[in-house]
Amino acid sequence: MTYIVLDYVDIALAALLLLINAGLSMSLHLGIGRRLLIASLRMVVQLSLIGLVLEQLFALVSPWATGGAALVMVLFAGREIAARQTHRFTGWWTHGLGTGSMMAAGALVTLLALSTAIRADPWYDPRYALPLFGMILGNAMTGVSLGLERLLAGARRERSAIEARLSLGGTRWEAFRPVLRDALRAGLMPIVNTMSATGVVALPGMMTGQILAGVPPVEAVKYQFLIMFLIAGAVGLGTFAATLGGVLRLTDERHRLRLDRLRDAAPGDR
Amino acid sequence: MLILEALGRPGLHPVDLTLAAGERAVVMGPSGAGKSLLLRAIADLDPNDGEVILDGTRRATLPAPLWRRRVGYLAAEPGWWSDRPRDHLPDTRETHGMCDALALPAAIMDRPVARLSTGERQRLALIRLLLNGPRVLLLDEPTSGLDPESTARVEALLDARRADGAITLMVSHDPAQAARLATRRLTIRDGRLETAA
Repeated sequence: MTYIVLDYVDIALAALLLLINAGLSMSLHLGIGRRLLIASLRMVVQLSLIGLVLEQLFALVSPWATGGAALVMVLFAGREIAARQTHRFTGWWTHGLGTGSMMAAGALVTLLALSTAIRADPWYDPRYALPLFGMILGNAMTGVSLGLERLLAGARRERSAIEARLSLGGTRWEAFRPVLRDALRAGLMPIVNTMSATGVVALPGMMTGQILAGVPPVEAVKYQFLIMFLIAGAVGLGTFAATLGGVLRLTDERHRLRLDRLRDAAPGDR
Repeated sequence: MLILEALGRPGLHPVDLTLAAGERAVVMGPSGAGKSLLLRAIADLDPNDGEVILDGTRRATLPAPLWRRRVGYLAAEPGWWSDRPRDHLPDTRETHGMCDALALPAAIMDRPVARLSTGERQRLALIRLLLNGPRVLLLDEPTSGLDPESTARVEALLDARRADGAITLMVSHDPAQAARLATRRLTIRDGRLETAA
Protein backbone atom coordinates (compact mmCIF):
# COMPACT_ATOMS: atom_id res chain seq x y z
CA MET A 1 0.00 0.00 0.00
CA THR A 2 1.37 3.43 -0.87
CA TYR A 3 0.81 6.45 1.26
CA ILE A 4 2.70 9.72 1.49
CA VAL A 5 4.51 10.15 4.79
CA LEU A 6 4.23 13.69 6.16
CA ASP A 7 7.23 15.44 7.65
CA TYR A 8 6.91 18.14 10.29
CA VAL A 9 7.66 20.95 7.82
CA ASP A 10 4.52 20.02 5.88
CA ILE A 11 2.44 20.18 9.04
CA ALA A 12 3.98 23.47 10.12
CA LEU A 13 3.10 24.90 6.73
CA ALA A 14 -0.55 23.89 7.22
CA ALA A 15 -0.48 25.32 10.72
CA LEU A 16 0.49 28.67 9.22
CA LEU A 17 -3.09 28.84 7.95
CA LEU A 18 -4.11 29.39 11.54
CA LEU A 19 -2.20 32.67 11.37
CA ILE A 20 -4.65 33.87 8.75
CA ASN A 21 -7.47 33.13 11.17
CA ALA A 22 -5.63 34.86 13.97
CA GLY A 23 -5.04 37.87 11.75
CA LEU A 24 -8.71 38.03 10.84
CA SER A 25 -9.67 37.77 14.47
CA MET A 26 -7.35 40.61 15.45
CA SER A 27 -8.25 42.97 12.63
CA LEU A 28 -12.00 42.45 13.12
CA HIS A 29 -11.77 42.30 16.94
CA LEU A 30 -13.60 38.98 17.00
CA GLY A 31 -11.95 38.14 20.29
CA ILE A 32 -11.64 34.47 19.54
CA GLY A 33 -7.92 34.50 18.76
CA ARG A 34 -7.08 33.19 22.22
CA ARG A 35 -9.69 30.43 22.12
CA LEU A 36 -8.58 29.47 18.65
CA LEU A 37 -5.02 29.14 19.87
CA ILE A 38 -6.02 27.08 22.90
CA ALA A 39 -8.29 24.84 20.81
CA SER A 40 -5.58 24.10 18.29
CA LEU A 41 -3.05 23.45 21.05
CA ARG A 42 -5.49 21.06 22.70
CA MET A 43 -6.00 19.25 19.44
CA VAL A 44 -2.27 18.87 18.92
CA VAL A 45 -1.66 17.61 22.45
CA GLN A 46 -4.67 15.26 22.54
CA LEU A 47 -3.97 13.75 19.15
CA SER A 48 -0.25 13.35 19.89
CA LEU A 49 -1.09 11.53 23.09
CA ILE A 50 -3.62 9.28 21.42
CA GLY A 51 -1.08 8.57 18.66
CA LEU A 52 1.45 7.45 21.26
CA VAL A 53 -1.13 5.41 23.16
CA LEU A 54 -2.32 3.69 20.00
CA GLU A 55 1.25 2.93 18.99
CA GLN A 56 1.78 1.19 22.34
CA LEU A 57 -1.51 -0.67 22.15
CA PHE A 58 -0.83 -1.83 18.61
CA ALA A 59 2.55 -3.14 19.71
CA LEU A 60 1.04 -4.95 22.71
CA VAL A 61 -1.94 -6.65 21.01
CA SER A 62 -3.31 -7.70 24.39
CA PRO A 63 -7.02 -8.33 24.96
CA TRP A 64 -6.77 -6.65 28.36
CA ALA A 65 -5.12 -3.50 27.05
CA THR A 66 -7.60 -3.28 24.16
CA GLY A 67 -10.52 -3.86 26.51
CA GLY A 68 -9.18 -1.27 28.95
CA ALA A 69 -8.88 1.33 26.21
CA ALA A 70 -12.41 0.53 25.03
CA LEU A 71 -13.70 0.93 28.59
CA VAL A 72 -12.07 4.35 28.93
CA MET A 73 -13.75 5.39 25.67
CA VAL A 74 -17.11 4.17 27.00
CA LEU A 75 -16.72 6.10 30.24
CA PHE A 76 -15.89 9.32 28.44
CA ALA A 77 -18.84 8.86 26.09
CA GLY A 78 -21.14 8.05 29.03
CA ARG A 79 -20.10 11.20 30.80
CA GLU A 80 -20.85 13.14 27.64
CA ILE A 81 -24.35 11.64 27.43
CA ALA A 82 -25.12 12.60 31.03
CA ALA A 83 -23.74 16.10 30.52
CA ARG A 84 -26.09 16.73 27.61
CA GLN A 85 -29.29 15.97 29.54
CA THR A 86 -31.36 18.82 30.95
CA HIS A 87 -33.48 16.34 32.92
CA ARG A 88 -31.80 13.49 34.70
CA PHE A 89 -32.66 10.35 36.53
CA THR A 90 -31.89 10.24 40.23
CA GLY A 91 -29.08 8.04 41.51
CA TRP A 92 -26.79 5.94 39.37
CA TRP A 93 -29.39 5.77 36.60
CA THR A 94 -28.14 9.19 35.46
CA HIS A 95 -25.02 7.61 34.05
CA GLY A 96 -25.97 3.97 34.13
CA LEU A 97 -28.77 3.89 31.59
CA GLY A 98 -27.10 5.92 28.83
CA THR A 99 -23.66 4.37 29.30
CA GLY A 100 -25.03 0.86 29.64
CA SER A 101 -27.15 0.89 26.50
CA MET A 102 -24.49 2.62 24.44
CA MET A 103 -21.85 0.14 25.61
CA ALA A 104 -24.05 -2.89 25.01
CA ALA A 105 -25.03 -1.77 21.51
CA GLY A 106 -21.49 -0.66 20.61
CA ALA A 107 -19.83 -3.82 21.90
CA LEU A 108 -22.37 -6.13 20.28
CA VAL A 109 -22.04 -4.52 16.86
CA THR A 110 -18.24 -4.23 17.04
CA LEU A 111 -17.86 -7.89 18.02
CA LEU A 112 -20.21 -8.87 15.23
CA ALA A 113 -18.13 -6.95 12.70
CA LEU A 114 -14.82 -8.26 14.08
CA SER A 115 -15.98 -11.86 13.99
CA THR A 116 -17.63 -11.75 10.54
CA ALA A 117 -16.71 -9.03 8.03
CA ILE A 118 -13.32 -7.88 9.32
CA ARG A 119 -12.08 -11.25 10.64
CA ALA A 120 -9.14 -9.65 12.40
CA ASP A 121 -6.60 -12.10 13.81
CA PRO A 122 -6.64 -12.13 16.78
CA TRP A 123 -10.15 -10.71 16.99
CA TYR A 124 -9.10 -8.16 19.62
CA ASP A 125 -6.27 -6.74 17.46
CA PRO A 126 -6.50 -3.07 18.51
CA ARG A 127 -5.62 -1.86 15.01
CA TYR A 128 -9.09 -2.97 13.93
CA ALA A 129 -11.03 -3.16 17.17
CA LEU A 130 -10.38 0.33 18.54
CA PRO A 131 -11.03 2.54 15.48
CA LEU A 132 -14.12 0.48 14.67
CA PHE A 133 -15.41 0.66 18.23
CA GLY A 134 -14.67 4.38 18.35
CA MET A 135 -16.68 5.20 15.24
CA ILE A 136 -19.59 3.04 16.35
CA LEU A 137 -19.50 4.33 19.91
CA GLY A 138 -19.38 7.98 18.89
CA ASN A 139 -22.52 7.67 16.81
CA ALA A 140 -24.34 5.51 19.37
CA MET A 141 -23.51 8.20 21.93
CA THR A 142 -25.24 10.87 19.85
CA GLY A 143 -28.30 8.70 19.29
CA VAL A 144 -28.64 7.66 22.92
CA SER A 145 -28.15 11.15 24.22
CA LEU A 146 -30.72 12.70 21.85
CA GLY A 147 -33.21 9.91 22.46
CA LEU A 148 -32.95 10.13 26.25
CA GLU A 149 -33.14 13.91 26.24
CA ARG A 150 -36.33 13.81 24.19
CA LEU A 151 -37.83 11.03 26.31
CA LEU A 152 -37.25 12.72 29.65
CA ALA A 153 -38.37 16.14 28.43
CA GLY A 154 -41.44 14.51 26.85
CA ALA A 155 -42.36 12.70 30.06
CA ARG A 156 -42.41 16.01 31.92
CA ARG A 157 -44.21 17.94 29.22
CA GLU A 158 -46.80 15.27 28.44
CA ARG A 159 -47.41 14.35 32.05
CA SER A 160 -51.16 14.95 32.00
CA ALA A 161 -51.60 13.10 28.69
CA ILE A 162 -49.63 10.12 29.98
CA GLU A 163 -51.60 10.05 33.22
CA ALA A 164 -54.88 10.37 31.33
CA ARG A 165 -54.00 7.23 29.40
CA LEU A 166 -52.95 5.42 32.57
CA SER A 167 -56.04 6.41 34.52
CA LEU A 168 -58.24 5.07 31.72
CA GLY A 169 -56.63 1.67 32.09
CA GLY A 170 -53.80 1.98 29.56
CA THR A 171 -50.51 0.21 30.20
CA ARG A 172 -47.33 2.19 30.65
CA TRP A 173 -46.34 1.30 27.08
CA GLU A 174 -49.62 2.56 25.66
CA ALA A 175 -49.33 5.72 27.72
CA PHE A 176 -45.77 6.39 26.60
CA ARG A 177 -46.20 5.45 22.94
CA PRO A 178 -46.27 9.02 21.48
CA VAL A 179 -43.36 10.20 23.65
CA LEU A 180 -41.38 7.04 23.00
CA ARG A 181 -41.89 7.30 19.25
CA ASP A 182 -40.74 10.91 19.31
CA ALA A 183 -37.64 10.00 21.33
CA LEU A 184 -36.68 7.14 19.02
CA ARG A 185 -37.12 9.37 16.01
CA ALA A 186 -34.89 12.05 17.55
CA GLY A 187 -32.20 9.49 18.28
CA LEU A 188 -32.21 8.01 14.78
CA MET A 189 -32.51 11.27 12.85
CA PRO A 190 -28.77 12.18 12.71
CA ILE A 191 -27.72 8.84 11.25
CA VAL A 192 -30.57 8.95 8.75
CA ASN A 193 -29.48 12.43 7.68
CA THR A 194 -25.85 11.38 7.51
CA MET A 195 -26.65 8.38 5.34
CA SER A 196 -28.75 10.36 2.89
CA ALA A 197 -26.22 13.20 2.53
CA THR A 198 -23.10 11.07 2.48
CA GLY A 199 -21.18 11.05 -0.79
CA VAL A 200 -23.15 14.00 -2.10
CA VAL A 201 -22.27 16.70 0.39
CA ALA A 202 -19.10 15.25 1.83
CA LEU A 203 -16.95 12.16 1.57
CA PRO A 204 -16.90 10.28 4.85
CA GLY A 205 -13.69 10.74 6.83
CA MET A 206 -12.83 7.10 6.99
CA MET A 207 -13.25 6.61 3.25
CA THR A 208 -11.19 9.71 2.54
CA GLY A 209 -8.52 8.36 4.84
CA GLN A 210 -8.41 5.03 3.05
CA ILE A 211 -8.22 6.69 -0.35
CA LEU A 212 -5.34 8.89 0.84
CA ALA A 213 -3.65 5.71 2.10
CA GLY A 214 -3.79 4.26 -1.40
CA VAL A 215 -6.87 2.02 -1.23
CA PRO A 216 -8.81 1.91 -4.53
CA PRO A 217 -11.98 4.04 -4.17
CA VAL A 218 -14.32 1.13 -4.87
CA GLU A 219 -12.76 -0.86 -2.04
CA ALA A 220 -12.91 2.17 0.25
CA VAL A 221 -16.59 2.58 -0.60
CA LYS A 222 -17.27 -1.04 0.34
CA TYR A 223 -15.64 -0.43 3.68
CA GLN A 224 -17.74 2.67 4.14
CA PHE A 225 -20.93 0.69 3.45
CA LEU A 226 -19.96 -1.74 6.14
CA ILE A 227 -19.22 1.00 8.63
CA MET A 228 -22.43 2.88 7.91
CA PHE A 229 -24.53 -0.22 8.39
CA LEU A 230 -22.70 -1.05 11.59
CA ILE A 231 -23.15 2.49 12.87
CA ALA A 232 -26.84 2.58 11.95
CA GLY A 233 -27.32 -0.77 13.68
CA ALA A 234 -25.59 0.37 16.84
CA VAL A 235 -27.44 3.70 16.92
CA GLY A 236 -30.75 1.89 16.53
CA LEU A 237 -30.01 -0.72 19.16
CA GLY A 238 -28.52 1.77 21.62
CA THR A 239 -31.33 4.30 21.27
CA PHE A 240 -33.93 1.55 21.52
CA ALA A 241 -32.39 0.10 24.66
CA ALA A 242 -31.92 3.50 26.30
CA THR A 243 -35.44 4.76 25.63
CA LEU A 244 -37.17 1.49 26.54
CA GLY A 245 -35.09 1.36 29.71
CA GLY A 246 -36.00 4.99 30.29
CA VAL A 247 -39.73 4.22 30.09
CA LEU A 248 -39.27 1.34 32.54
CA ARG A 249 -37.51 3.67 34.95
CA LEU A 250 -40.08 6.46 34.49
CA THR A 251 -42.87 4.05 35.41
CA ASP A 252 -43.21 1.21 37.87
CA GLU A 253 -44.73 -2.26 37.91
CA ARG A 254 -48.11 -0.78 38.92
CA HIS A 255 -48.03 1.31 35.72
CA ARG A 256 -47.64 4.63 37.50
CA LEU A 257 -45.77 7.62 36.08
CA ARG A 258 -42.78 8.17 38.39
CA LEU A 259 -41.56 11.70 37.71
CA ASP A 260 -40.15 11.66 41.25
CA ARG A 261 -37.29 9.69 39.71
CA LEU A 262 -36.35 12.70 37.60
CA ARG A 263 -34.54 15.85 38.59
CA ASP A 264 -33.32 18.93 36.75
CA ALA A 265 -29.69 19.12 35.86
CA ALA A 266 -27.94 21.38 38.34
CA PRO A 267 -25.56 23.98 36.85
CA GLY A 268 -22.62 22.11 38.40
CA ASP A 269 -23.56 18.91 36.54
CA ARG A 270 -22.21 20.09 33.25
CA MET B 1 -68.64 -2.23 48.04
CA LEU B 2 -65.42 -0.21 48.15
CA ILE B 3 -63.27 -0.57 51.25
CA LEU B 4 -60.18 1.54 52.01
CA GLU B 5 -57.97 0.08 54.73
CA ALA B 6 -55.32 2.43 56.09
CA LEU B 7 -54.80 3.92 52.64
CA GLY B 8 -52.03 6.47 52.95
CA ARG B 9 -49.25 8.21 51.10
CA PRO B 10 -46.99 11.20 51.73
CA GLY B 11 -49.32 14.15 52.35
CA LEU B 12 -52.25 11.93 53.33
CA HIS B 13 -52.77 10.27 56.71
CA PRO B 14 -54.04 6.68 56.49
CA VAL B 15 -57.72 6.60 55.54
CA ASP B 16 -60.27 3.95 56.52
CA LEU B 17 -63.51 4.20 54.62
CA THR B 18 -66.28 1.91 53.36
CA LEU B 19 -68.66 2.92 50.59
CA ALA B 20 -71.61 0.75 49.61
CA ALA B 21 -72.86 0.28 46.06
CA GLY B 22 -74.65 3.41 44.86
CA GLU B 23 -73.11 5.60 47.52
CA ARG B 24 -71.89 9.04 46.53
CA ALA B 25 -69.35 10.68 48.80
CA VAL B 26 -68.58 14.34 48.23
CA VAL B 27 -65.12 15.33 49.43
CA MET B 28 -64.64 18.94 50.50
CA GLY B 29 -61.84 20.89 52.08
CA PRO B 30 -59.39 23.68 51.41
CA SER B 31 -57.15 23.63 48.33
CA GLY B 32 -54.01 21.62 48.88
CA ALA B 33 -55.52 19.66 51.77
CA GLY B 34 -55.06 16.33 49.99
CA LYS B 35 -58.40 15.71 48.23
CA SER B 36 -56.80 14.89 44.88
CA LEU B 37 -54.13 12.85 46.64
CA LEU B 38 -56.86 10.62 48.09
CA LEU B 39 -58.50 10.04 44.71
CA ARG B 40 -55.13 9.37 43.05
CA ALA B 41 -54.16 6.94 45.80
CA ILE B 42 -57.39 4.96 45.31
CA ALA B 43 -56.72 4.81 41.57
CA ASP B 44 -53.14 3.72 42.39
CA LEU B 45 -51.61 6.53 40.35
CA ASP B 46 -48.96 7.34 42.97
CA PRO B 47 -47.01 5.10 45.33
CA ASN B 48 -49.20 4.44 48.39
CA ASP B 49 -49.65 2.08 51.34
CA GLY B 50 -52.67 0.24 52.61
CA GLU B 51 -55.29 -1.87 50.94
CA VAL B 52 -58.22 -1.13 48.68
CA ILE B 53 -60.90 -3.77 48.13
CA LEU B 54 -63.63 -3.54 45.51
CA ASP B 55 -66.50 -6.04 45.67
CA GLY B 56 -64.29 -8.50 47.53
CA THR B 57 -61.32 -8.18 45.14
CA ARG B 58 -58.09 -6.86 46.62
CA ARG B 59 -56.42 -4.24 44.46
CA ALA B 60 -53.02 -5.91 44.66
CA THR B 61 -54.39 -9.04 43.01
CA LEU B 62 -55.37 -7.16 39.85
CA PRO B 63 -52.99 -5.73 37.23
CA ALA B 64 -53.01 -1.93 37.64
CA PRO B 65 -54.53 -1.20 34.17
CA LEU B 66 -57.45 -3.54 34.92
CA TRP B 67 -57.93 -1.93 38.33
CA ARG B 68 -58.12 1.53 36.75
CA ARG B 69 -60.75 0.36 34.28
CA ARG B 70 -62.92 -0.53 37.25
CA VAL B 71 -61.89 2.43 39.37
CA GLY B 72 -61.89 5.39 36.99
CA TYR B 73 -60.19 8.65 37.89
CA LEU B 74 -61.04 11.98 36.26
CA ALA B 75 -58.40 14.66 36.86
CA ALA B 76 -59.40 18.26 37.52
CA GLU B 77 -57.56 19.16 34.32
CA PRO B 78 -57.76 16.04 32.18
CA GLY B 79 -54.94 15.33 29.74
CA TRP B 80 -55.17 14.68 26.00
CA TRP B 81 -52.73 12.59 24.02
CA SER B 82 -53.89 13.69 20.58
CA ASP B 83 -55.16 16.91 18.96
CA ARG B 84 -58.73 15.84 18.22
CA PRO B 85 -61.41 14.49 20.57
CA ARG B 86 -62.14 11.87 17.89
CA ASP B 87 -58.88 10.09 18.72
CA HIS B 88 -59.91 9.76 22.37
CA LEU B 89 -63.51 8.64 22.00
CA PRO B 90 -64.82 5.79 19.84
CA ASP B 91 -67.34 6.75 17.17
CA THR B 92 -70.23 4.76 18.70
CA ARG B 93 -73.88 5.27 19.50
CA GLU B 94 -73.02 5.31 23.21
CA THR B 95 -70.59 8.20 22.69
CA HIS B 96 -73.11 10.20 20.66
CA GLY B 97 -75.81 9.50 23.22
CA MET B 98 -73.70 10.90 26.04
CA CYS B 99 -72.63 13.90 23.94
CA ASP B 100 -76.32 14.65 23.38
CA ALA B 101 -77.04 14.25 27.06
CA LEU B 102 -74.31 16.77 27.90
CA ALA B 103 -75.29 19.21 25.12
CA LEU B 104 -72.07 18.73 23.13
CA PRO B 105 -72.53 19.13 19.35
CA ALA B 106 -71.41 16.25 17.12
CA ALA B 107 -68.97 18.57 15.30
CA ILE B 108 -66.93 18.93 18.48
CA MET B 109 -65.18 15.63 17.71
CA ASP B 110 -63.13 17.25 14.96
CA ARG B 111 -62.22 20.49 16.68
CA PRO B 112 -58.74 20.86 18.13
CA VAL B 113 -58.74 20.05 21.84
CA ALA B 114 -56.64 23.13 22.51
CA ARG B 115 -59.44 25.36 21.18
CA LEU B 116 -62.20 23.84 23.31
CA SER B 117 -63.42 25.60 26.43
CA THR B 118 -62.57 24.22 29.86
CA GLY B 119 -66.15 23.07 30.28
CA GLU B 120 -66.20 21.30 26.92
CA ARG B 121 -63.00 19.48 27.73
CA GLN B 122 -64.29 18.48 31.15
CA ARG B 123 -67.47 17.01 29.69
CA LEU B 124 -65.60 15.15 26.93
CA ALA B 125 -63.19 13.73 29.48
CA LEU B 126 -66.08 12.58 31.65
CA ILE B 127 -67.64 10.79 28.66
CA ARG B 128 -64.26 9.25 27.86
CA LEU B 129 -64.13 7.87 31.39
CA LEU B 130 -67.73 6.67 31.54
CA LEU B 131 -67.27 4.72 28.28
CA ASN B 132 -64.95 2.41 30.27
CA GLY B 133 -67.93 1.51 32.46
CA PRO B 134 -66.09 1.91 35.78
CA ARG B 135 -67.64 0.54 38.98
CA VAL B 136 -66.09 3.38 40.98
CA LEU B 137 -65.96 7.00 39.80
CA LEU B 138 -63.25 9.22 41.27
CA LEU B 139 -64.13 12.70 40.02
CA ASP B 140 -61.94 15.70 40.78
CA GLU B 141 -64.16 18.79 40.48
CA PRO B 142 -65.99 17.49 37.40
CA THR B 143 -68.25 20.55 37.08
CA SER B 144 -65.88 23.35 38.12
CA GLY B 145 -65.83 24.87 34.62
CA LEU B 146 -69.52 24.44 33.84
CA ASP B 147 -72.54 26.77 33.83
CA PRO B 148 -75.57 25.73 35.92
CA GLU B 149 -77.37 24.11 33.01
CA SER B 150 -74.41 21.97 31.97
CA THR B 151 -73.78 21.12 35.62
CA ALA B 152 -77.36 19.85 35.90
CA ARG B 153 -76.86 17.68 32.80
CA VAL B 154 -73.65 16.20 34.20
CA GLU B 155 -75.36 15.52 37.51
CA ALA B 156 -78.21 13.76 35.73
CA LEU B 157 -75.72 11.55 33.90
CA LEU B 158 -74.00 10.73 37.19
CA ASP B 159 -77.39 9.97 38.78
CA ALA B 160 -78.00 7.35 36.10
CA ARG B 161 -74.65 5.71 36.88
CA ARG B 162 -75.43 5.75 40.54
CA ALA B 163 -78.76 4.07 39.91
CA ASP B 164 -76.76 1.28 38.22
CA GLY B 165 -74.81 0.84 41.45
CA ALA B 166 -71.69 2.88 40.67
CA ILE B 167 -69.84 4.17 43.72
CA THR B 168 -68.73 7.80 43.47
CA LEU B 169 -66.10 9.83 45.28
CA MET B 170 -66.28 13.38 44.10
CA VAL B 171 -64.31 16.49 45.00
CA SER B 172 -66.34 19.68 45.01
CA HIS B 173 -65.94 23.22 46.28
CA ASP B 174 -69.65 23.95 45.95
CA PRO B 175 -71.66 23.39 49.17
CA ALA B 176 -74.93 23.49 47.24
CA GLN B 177 -73.71 20.72 44.95
CA ALA B 178 -72.61 18.69 47.96
CA ALA B 179 -76.06 19.13 49.46
CA ARG B 180 -77.70 17.99 46.22
CA LEU B 181 -75.53 14.96 45.51
CA ALA B 182 -73.90 13.64 48.65
CA THR B 183 -75.08 10.50 50.39
CA ARG B 184 -71.98 10.98 52.52
CA ARG B 185 -69.96 14.14 53.13
CA LEU B 186 -66.27 13.96 53.78
CA THR B 187 -63.86 16.73 54.66
CA ILE B 188 -60.09 16.64 54.27
CA ARG B 189 -57.95 19.07 56.22
CA ASP B 190 -54.15 19.02 56.33
CA GLY B 191 -54.10 15.55 54.84
CA ARG B 192 -56.55 14.08 57.36
CA LEU B 193 -59.98 12.75 56.50
CA GLU B 194 -62.76 14.01 58.74
CA THR B 195 -66.24 12.63 58.29
CA ALA B 196 -68.93 15.29 58.46
CA ALA B 197 -72.60 14.83 59.10
